[in-house]
Amino acid sequence: MGDMDEHIYQQKPSQAVPVRKSTQFWEGFAKGLPIMIAAAPFGVLFGALAIDQGFSLFETVLMSAAIFGGASQMVGIELFGQHIPAWLIVFSIFAVNFRHVLYSAAVGRRIGHFKPLEAMLSYFLLTDPQYAETEKRAESGKPVTFIWYLGVATPIYVMWVVEAFIGGLFGNLIADTHALGIDMLLPIYFLGLVMGFRKRTNWGPIVITSAIASIIAAKTIGSPWHVSIGAVAGILMAVILAKPEPAKEKR
Amino acid sequence: MSSIFWIIIAGAVATFLTRIGGHLVLSRFERVHPRVEVALNAVPAAVLTTLVAPAAANADWRGLVALAIAGLVSVRFNALTMFLIGAAVIILLRQFT
Repeated sequence: MGDMDEHIYQQKPSQAVPVRKSTQFWEGFAKGLPIMIAAAPFGVLFGALAIDQGFSLFETVLMSAAIFGGASQMVGIELFGQHIPAWLIVFSIFAVNFRHVLYSAAVGRRIGHFKPLEAMLSYFLLTDPQYAETEKRAESGKPVTFIWYLGVATPIYVMWVVEAFIGGLFGNLIADTHALGIDMLLPIYFLGLVMGFRKRTNWGPIVITSAIASIIAAKTIGSPWHVSIGAVAGILMAVILAKPEPAKEKR
Repeated sequence: MSSIFWIIIAGAVATFLTRIGGHLVLSRFERVHPRVEVALNAVPAAVLTTLVAPAAANADWRGLVALAIAGLVSVRFNALTMFLIGAAVIILLRQFT
């Protein structure tokens, strides 16, 4: 598994050592906890802002439970306050989340062996950090099982929903988000995820290309398309730099 | 039900489509061309970078210092340590400078 000369889309799970299901769940849980902690300020902040925008507590919690994507939820509630047509709000949520198409295509190689319902649930839970952890797990050679995947997702999802509730209840307590550095927490967190992949082939050129392209796109075309444009630029750079015979490459 | 309710439901469906869509397209092919494989392996760094770089370009000097220190910390320590140190740096700088 994992050799570049076998380009089968849905790789078989490694059959090495059977690990107990509960062990796998807690292994995943241990990966989910730090993500949960990092996401907490945003979960609470979302709840507070949603109430501010006139959402009921039920609608606030429902949005976190049903969409489960922080940035798109923020954009959704922000647009809601501006008397923008409903379809445009939905489209903006779609646009902000469009990067998941790439995660989805890439992670299919790791979780292709899940049963259909397990797979449906797994794709529903496919957030940025969930994707990053799944890639790292596959890279390390350990089996990516549904139980492990659930272990990662459970603390993140449950607390994300609870935080919307807490934020909705105590929203007015968050006074000055700028002084608390809320605007920088997400970039710091995502920088950590980027650094986690620094051993991969051509990581440096990919990161630099994506960075430049996304900054230019953000200043010209604007958010949220800078994400997709920057991502495609970085991926193109990887394809251009790839050797014609990548058979012996290590990942 | 209110219009907010239906916007949330439609937004959730749209989000789910992005999360399953890439897989549905690629799974129609049994074998993946090596260049597609290379492209898929570039996805994490390429996508996640776009969530950092524009924010860094617009950040004040305190934000840049926090990002730089966090980046250095991440070379030696795990993601949570890195995040907590980065968060501490930005909060302290915003409070005291």
